[in-house]
Amino acid sequence: MLDAKIPDGPLEQRWDRRRFDARLVNPANRRKLTVIVVGTGLAGSSAAATLGELGYRVKAYCFQDTPRRAHSIAAQGGINAAKDYRNDGDSVYRLFYDTIKGGDFRSRESNVYRLAQLSVNIIDQCVAQGVPFAREYGGLLDTRSFGGAQVSRTFYARGQTGQQLLLGAYQALQRQIAAGTVEMHSRHDMLDLVVADGRARGIVVRDLVTGELSTVIGDAVVLATGGYSNVFYLSTNAKGGNATATWRAHRRGALFANPCFTQIHPTCIPVSGPHQSKLTLMSESLRNDGRVWVPVRAGDSRAPSQIPAAERDYFLERLYPSFGNLVPRDIASRVAKRICDSSFGVGPGGQGVYLDFADVLDRLGRRSVEERYGNLFQMYERITGEDPYQEPMRIFPAPHYTMGGLWVDYDLQSTIPGLFVIGEANFSDQGANRLGASALMQCLSDGYFVLPATIASYLADGPFSAVAGDFESTVVDQLQALLAIDGDRTVDSFHRELGELMWEYCGMERTATGLQKALDRIPALREEYWQRVKVPGSAATLNQSLEKAGRVADFLELAELMCRDALHRTESCGGHFRAESQTSDGEALRDDAQFSYVAAWDANGGLHREPLIFDTVHPTQRSYK
Amino acid sequence: MKVTLRVWRQTGPTAKGRLVPYEVPDATPDMSFLELLDLVNERLIVAGAEPIAFDHDCREGICGACSLVIDGVAHGQAGATACQLYLRDFADGATITVEPWRARAFPIVKDLVVDRGALDRIIQAGGFISAPTGSAPDAHALPVPKPDADAAFEAAACIGCGACVAACPNGSAMLFTAAKVAHLGRLPQGQPERATRVLSMLAAQDAAGFGGCTNMGECTAVCPKGIPLTTISRLNRDYLHAAVATRASK
Repeated sequence: MLDAKIPDGPLEQRWDRRRFDARLVNPANRRKLTVIVVGTGLAGSSAAATLGELGYRVKAYCFQDTPRRAHSIAAQGGINAAKDYRNDGDSVYRLFYDTIKGGDFRSRESNVYRLAQLSVNIIDQCVAQGVPFAREYGGLLDTRSFGGAQVSRTFYARGQTGQQLLLGAYQALQRQIAAGTVEMHSRHDMLDLVVADGRARGIVVRDLVTGELSTVIGDAVVLATGGYSNVFYLSTNAKGGNATATWRAHRRGALFANPCFTQIHPTCIPVSGPHQSKLTLMSESLRNDGRVWVPVRAGDSRAPSQIPAAERDYFLERLYPSFGNLVPRDIASRVAKRICDSSFGVGPGGQGVYLDFADVLDRLGRRSVEERYGNLFQMYERITGEDPYQEPMRIFPAPHYTMGGLWVDYDLQSTIPGLFVIGEANFSDQGANRLGASALMQCLSDGYFVLPATIASYLADGPFSAVAGDFESTVVDQLQALLAIDGDRTVDSFHRELGELMWEYCGMERTATGLQKALDRIPALREEYWQRVKVPGSAATLNQSLEKAGRVADFLELAELMCRDALHRTESCGGHFRAESQTSDGEALRDDAQFSYVAAWDANGGLHREPLIFDTVHPTQRSYK
Repeated sequence: MKVTLRVWRQTGPTAKGRLVPYEVPDATPDMSFLELLDLVNERLIVAGAEPIAFDHDCREGICGACSLVIDGVAHGQAGATACQLYLRDFADGATITVEPWRARAFPIVKDLVVDRGALDRIIQAGGFISAPTGSAPDAHALPVPKPDADAAFEAAACIGCGACVAACPNGSAMLFTAAKVAHLGRLPQGQPERATRVLSMLAAQDAAGFGGCTNMGECTAVCPKGIPLTTISRLNRDYLHAAVATRASK
């Protein structure tokens, strides 16, 4: 049984209590401690900058050419905070409750409460850094509504909130680089974790430009390397997004929690053809004003403008009158898929539903709509060649976010002492389904506030003794092996095949038969990969095929764990929908008696459980009707 | 549709590069330009050749990784980043020339990949507001007039791709630097460091090997985020004020 080391006492006092009990490191000693931060998106940049400000020696790594390109940059809609500036009944408790409920009662109460508490500080911090949030004419901050909430608590910067928050953290990081507290290494891939005397002590990295491998030793390692949606090949994630750092840490002993909890985002631009390399998200904020519908008659091929209102099915409004178009993502996605599966879908292949802005354009005029969503409309038009001011968008669900990740305790420490995991890379706060505008919140809560406090308690025992040995041979062997196969299929062709398999059997709807099929085919595909993949070039130079080859090798292993986890969890919850477990009206049916736990897997296939204890909220069947 | 690519191939920073032709007889109009490069690369790999190295990541126009000069224009003709360019923007049978960003401050790493670390060094010199974590007052303690907030946002929309540098005959990063100066200088939080910021960022820009700005305006023509030339005028005003004030205080 896993111990999350949650502090005792009333829920609202636990974080204060933990901070008081945590040991401190005095400023003079911080200079003697090295913290390695891998990944410099929202979580990694904010953590590295904050640790640098505190006086630790920080070494930060990212695979992009600069930290400003991390995929946090693409988050569109906003960031939640329980500021209650609207006086509409919001509170820390309500944000906590909405997030727990949105996650379908599969997250830790204590973590989520802390997240809601810190949400308030995040907005303050970002404003102080100069993040240009949207404001009203009086000069105060504007907010909007997001899925799964009936209050308006989402702060935003047009459709580019992630970009602006990341640039805030990036600038804070650059300031520390200039101050000499952070050493930044971009275009570096972490390929292994160094564990010595039972502690995480460093990483093996490859310089992507020269190909050179090196071992970096420090006193603690922080992984902020994001999620693994790219296991599906087609996802809304950036092309470079990968699970290599977390997966290799898993192989070194860190447990991987709830790998089957993945989020399929309801509003993405549908696939246009077999050449498709990625999918593009249209922010959930569009559901504030856009109305989702399909024709009442299946196969109706008239142009959308030719279909009168009476012959349209606004199915989310019909099925969920109180939340309407703003139901949580998992529900919106599943209903859209069901509608398309029963041939009501629109567009090529019937794989789409309309997201229509005609009403809001009539009500507020084009200028207001441009102000709110201008860049999103522009992006949609670039990609599809259709003008959403004139005709409705076509949207379809796509893999977007992964709630699963490395298991961490309340301190965000994994099962390897000294290995901390923050942001999307850990499993912790989003349960079985993340609500919109909660990812940015979690990344910054982890990076600015939680980790800097909890890591001190660990580092108070340091500096740790010197580490010696060869930690690079596993990596060298793998790189050489990949280059030596010299087969006849490209890395991408395997990745695509794996993605199709996962989308089919471990996507929006899962069944025991389907998962079993995937579990039969993935090992065979992996075997074929190691016999037939072709990776040209050498390891001693910039070699993008080689980078991808290692990542896909890891996805081929992770995919199997995802399916095993999905197979073992015979209940439905949040984004994990087992067709065998649904209510009479097709909603996810949880099984709290059996599955109210976090499933954390070790590298030998062993399952470790962390029971979820609800002292404050009572798990109920979620209802958004 | 059929297209012929002429792509800049260069094995390393000091190697001699050249344009290499690749024919694609079976492209489709709904393919993105980067997907066309993917297709060429897939075929090169199967044939045992090294694929074309190019930077890309989000493929939705926001990360700023892509850095292609297409038919002589940074990011091509679309007024967006190269990843938002689709083959329907080209004629059937077109020959398209693809080159890397070319500027002294952006050394070529390989093929179409360049090193843009110099842009980070400009930000390090002062492209921030010094607000250590934990030190912030309540977000509503300081209202910001909406026009200022909007103007700050417009400038902050810069994605740091470096197209402005690639398009500038002088290889200047002035639009990039000015965008950050304008973003932070428009906000009340940015006032305390406003003068030192512009002075040190410009010094860092010169030190990084970027050329001077002579108001050619090529930068704004290719900026995928539409950052206007007036941003540079604003920087010049700030610079003048800062320079005079610094001299006066000496």
